Amino acid sequence: MERLNVNPTRMMLTTLKKRLATATRGHKLMKDKRDELMKGFLELARENKELRAEVEAKLAHVYDSFSIASAAMSSEMMEEALMFPKQGVELGVGNKNVMSVDVPVFDFRTTASDAADIYPYGFATTSGELDGAIGELAEVFPAMLALAAKEKEAAMLAAELEKTRRRVNALEYVKIPQLQMTIRYIVMKLDENERGNQTRLMKVKDMMLAEAIEEKREKQREAFGA
Amino acid sequence: MYKIGVIGDRESVLGFKAVGLEVFPCDQAEEARHILKKIAKENFAIIYITEQLFQYLRQEAAEYGEARLPAIIPIPSKDGSLGLGMDNVKKSVERAVGADILFGGEE
Repeated sequence: MERLNVNPTRMMLTTLKKRLATATRGHKLMKDKRDELMKGFLELARENKELRAEVEAKLAHVYDSFSIASAAMSSEMMEEALMFPKQGVELGVGNKNVMSVDVPVFDFRTTASDAADIYPYGFATTSGELDGAIGELAEVFPAMLALAAKEKEAAMLAAELEKTRRRVNALEYVKIPQLQMTIRYIVMKLDENERGNQTRLMKVKDMMLAEAIEEKREKQREAFGA
Repeated sequence: MYKIGVIGDRESVLGFKAVGLEVFPCDQAEEARHILKKIAKENFAIIYITEQLFQYLRQEAAEYGEARLPAIIPIPSKDGSLGLGMDNVKKSVERAVGADILFGGEE
């Protein structure tokens, strides 16, 4: 791990210590967020998977019914029959906040006057199979909407989760070790300077003492000799 | 109020018209891409695309995937499922967790 390229000063040490505290705190928060997201996401993905399997199976059935219906009547007739739908769908989009991810919530309302009578054609020119097919499709439709909502939520959570995971890892394995290493480097350097200073002082003191003693001896010798 | 759109080949999507969705029948990938780009700007909240066309529109779908709306959802067409929808679910799990832990060993 490469340490940061900084000057080993006391001021830098304080700054780095503050940054380390922030990073550690951020790491903890991110980790909590990741765990919580993961919990929600796994649940959601499992539901998503089941719902999709269900919708796909039902849709396959609907298509079967439609092909039987189209076999019983000409394609022009069928298109004409379905040309002007009786039922409209109004979709409201709300908001849901999942761990600070804005997820859309779909809320739909059909605009048909009578839920039982969604068939937009008279019965004279169409086959009974078409009624069945459309009835089935109307039944699958709410599940399709639920699937859309789930799938969107899952996709958005997945993106957020990926981001959070990367951040946690970057903090845990790069940023925090780097800061710790740099702090240790500065502390060592400062201690080393301190020791250097200490020895220098001791040395100077020794030299001064030796000088003083020498001077004293000189004086004594002069006194005796004189 | 938002709308719901369906893009796919004519026979697959015809029925959706009856339940009140807006249908854009088309057969070519290029045409589908054009339609998708156009209606994504309008207020469609959900756009269903048949898997047969979706496989050519992955890039566009991924672009809208990050945004809140619209939700682009692959559905099987009358020719059956290509498994793209499930693949998408699987991919998002892989993306989030880093490994596929939901479908493990099933396929």
